[in-house]
Amino acid sequence: MSAEQGEPYIKIVNVTKNFGEFTALRDISLEIFDKEFVCFLGPSGCGKTTLLRAIAGLDIQSSGQIFQKGRDISALPPAERDFGIVFQSYALFPNMTVRRNVAYGLENQGVPGKQIEQQVTELLQLVGLPEQEDKFPAQLSGGQQQRVALARALATKPGLLLLDEPLSALDAKVRTHLRHEIKELQHKIGITTIMVTHDQEEALTMADRIVVMNQGVIEQVGTPSEIYSEPASPFVADFIGTTNFIKGKLATRQSVQIGNIAIQVDNPSASLVTGSEVLLCIRPEDILTGERAIDVANQVESVIDRVEFLGSFHRVHMLPLAGDGTELMIDVSVARAREIDLTIGSSLKVALPAMHMNVYPSDN
Amino acid sequence: MTEVAITPMQRIKPKISKDDVVMRLSMAAIALYLIVAIALPLYALLSKSFQNNHGDFVGFANYITYLTTPALSWSIGNSFKVTLLATVIVLFIAFIYAYALTRSCMPGKSLFKGIALIPILMPSLLPAISLVFFFGQQGIIKSWLLGAELYGPVGIVMGEVFYVFPHVMTILLIGMSLSDARLYEASEVLGASKIKTFFSVTLPSLRYGLVSAFFVAFTLVITDFGVPKVVGGQYNVLATDVYKQVVGRNDFQMGAVVSMALLLPAVFAFVADRLVQRKQVALLSARAVPYQPKPDRIFDMIMLAFCSLIAFIILSILGMAIFSSLVTFWPYNLTLTTKHYNFDLMDGGGWASYFNSIQLATWTAIFGTIVVFFGAYLVEKSRGFKSGRTAMQALCMVPMAVPGLVLGLSYVFFFNHPDNPLGFLYHTMPILVICTITHFYTVSHLSAVTALKQMDPEFEAVSQSLKAPFYKTFWRVTVPVCVPAILDISMYLFVNAMTTVSAVVFLYSTDTSLASVAVLNMDDAGDQSPAAAMGMMIVSTAAIVRLAHMILTRGLKRRTQAWRNR
Repeated sequence: MSAEQGEPYIKIVNVTKNFGEFTALRDISLEIFDKEFVCFLGPSGCGKTTLLRAIAGLDIQSSGQIFQKGRDISALPPAERDFGIVFQSYALFPNMTVRRNVAYGLENQGVPGKQIEQQVTELLQLVGLPEQEDKFPAQLSGGQQQRVALARALATKPGLLLLDEPLSALDAKVRTHLRHEIKELQHKIGITTIMVTHDQEEALTMADRIVVMNQGVIEQVGTPSEIYSEPASPFVADFIGTTNFIKGKLATRQSVQIGNIAIQVDNPSASLVTGSEVLLCIRPEDILTGERAIDVANQVESVIDRVEFLGSFHRVHMLPLAGDGTELMIDVSVARAREIDLTIGSSLKVALPAMHMNVYPSDN
Repeated sequence: MTEVAITPMQRIKPKISKDDVVMRLSMAAIALYLIVAIALPLYALLSKSFQNNHGDFVGFANYITYLTTPALSWSIGNSFKVTLLATVIVLFIAFIYAYALTRSCMPGKSLFKGIALIPILMPSLLPAISLVFFFGQQGIIKSWLLGAELYGPVGIVMGEVFYVFPHVMTILLIGMSLSDARLYEASEVLGASKIKTFFSVTLPSLRYGLVSAFFVAFTLVITDFGVPKVVGGQYNVLATDVYKQVVGRNDFQMGAVVSMALLLPAVFAFVADRLVQRKQVALLSARAVPYQPKPDRIFDMIMLAFCSLIAFIILSILGMAIFSSLVTFWPYNLTLTTKHYNFDLMDGGGWASYFNSIQLATWTAIFGTIVVFFGAYLVEKSRGFKSGRTAMQALCMVPMAVPGLVLGLSYVFFFNHPDNPLGFLYHTMPILVICTITHFYTVSHLSAVTALKQMDPEFEAVSQSLKAPFYKTFWRVTVPVCVPAILDISMYLFVNAMTTVSAVVFLYSTDTSLASVAVLNMDDAGDQSPAAAMGMMIVSTAAIVRLAHMILTRGLKRRTQAWRNR
């Protein structure tokens, strides 16, 4: 990270968490900066929630350290740490009104009653829920409950906000709307935020930086566009968005041999030895068709096997390239589709631009 | 390595907060209570069975004496015979009854359900006394037994069937109401007949419920003491044997040995039941659709006739208990009188024993609910001490497998031991309360756990993040949300404390005589009408408490409707 961001707000050093024989987190190190919105993204069981709970002190790590603002909080119980948390279930106290729920944390801090009332009113205004304070959680919609949970987590003015799949229980429309609102709220109060999610779209739209996790380790840390366009591993490329995987062999430093076709590539990782098995990755929307394919290197031609219509674009599935077993997917925008022939069985010429291609060592 | 460098592999020792200290001390307190109330007495009983009357260790000598004395070991076979017979009969009747309640469209279902629960309100001594008035030496329909003798296996089986009917019926009812309608629709669509559907859908889905009902009935019958005490005659069973050895012959060692003989089948049935229930969890999918019966005139009429007959029998046994408590001198003077309710003129402790029972039931309900619920909360929701909590959970399950008589006797051994610093409790009201709470601990614990499991598991995490100590959230959230379950538990404890005889029969003193014990003693003395009268006092008190509980729960549900998801 750039130096101007200074001392990290959260610093995680070599954190490992074991549950009996099972290792949920393996030697995790990570820095999160002040006022940053970071998403932990990964499939279920990847350790993202475990890491969040370790930061909260709810399930303290087996080894390794966690610092918050330079203070070692590794062994502290949650009550001695500084954070607010929102769970997927919201965990609103069902027998308390919205007002009492939000006030609960303030009461424990011994804030005088009058001040509590005022703060609660302000908080509910902030999350866009005025005049609902005397209702019980069960009388609110999912989205409203979510905001109450957010207000409750923010009530004690914590320095860190933890969100554990906060949007997963909501339906699609509300979710999209709340994504935007949470992001805006976070920006307004400038609170360092960590959100756990398995939804890549959520992570891509909300996060300043994404931490992609898999099987207890961090696969990649980066901004959404870095993660999307330069995935650090086939796992990241596969987990985020859709990708074509093409098996081949690194022929020279600049080309990969796929069957009898040679494909030019840009600076593959230095660790790759010439002659080794590799995986070529390219996103379906980065493959050029029609006029745009002319004069671009790496032209290939194959027969259209089937076409899926996905609203704003067509996903064209091609029969395997000569000598290779993997089929190619190409996204063709609706506008471009008018210019080219997408009849099943017809032949299509496409180009694989070297700048959009990533080369990874093959697993086997 | 002289320099203490922070290496990455250094294990993190979580800091103990004040909250953790309070939580751990509470847990230790509850664990200590469970050890004193359950584990140590049972250990005392076990060791007693290996001692002679001077307290010397004699190995299996007592057991050998027991097994080689036919007069003693006979009762093992007797117990198994009557228990299996009663269990099979009650399963059969309760099955049809529950089937009628769930799968027919007969009228008056809720009334039938209510009547079926009446036996729960009675100490098992009372239906047995009723049976005496029906079928005893001077019974009104003695001839219906076709010359058979009531006193003995016949009476025991009849009484036990009545006594365990509501328990078995409830288990089967729950099992049947959980059935998935989609399976029935599929069967119908595939053209299966009603009988074929019964054998291919109904029975398989009830497999676990039936097995569970079998073991519950088996345990209840083999450990019951009230029925065989009144109508057992010369036919010895294990439960009456324990009583005879201890109270009749003062042979505590042999009492301990017979207790162990009674404990074994109960433990076996309990373990078998738990294993079966564990399997049942996965049986019902969350998307199951409840079954709605369709009217079928003939079938509904048959079911109505059957249920009416059973309900009539239950009501007549209750009615006979009432009648016998009011009749002047059976069978010679049938004019009605209330003189049998003048308990102070009889042996057995008089009205004082009734008020002692009320006291016992009240304290049991109050302290029992507190200990059980708080204990269940700690087991279920606290942090750390994983193995300790598992051990506590296991300890909470033990009382279910321990027959009341065995528990009571183990308390005698433990608390009456000269070296026990808790000996001052012996012969007092507190020991009766502790013993009764323990006796009914498991069922209460399980209802508390069920209620707690339904709560959001993140409440505790949220309250930690809001810096609230666990007891505050327990008091402000957990308890209010669980009030219905808490009321259920206290009602259950109250009613059972009123009706139980077996757990307290060795523990009461002249100052703490109890109503249920008075029933036993008056019946023993041949005062059957006063015994029935005292029994009726228990029944009506239990009924009033149940009614109050129902009204209270209903009112509470209405008041908290705003926040309870219904």
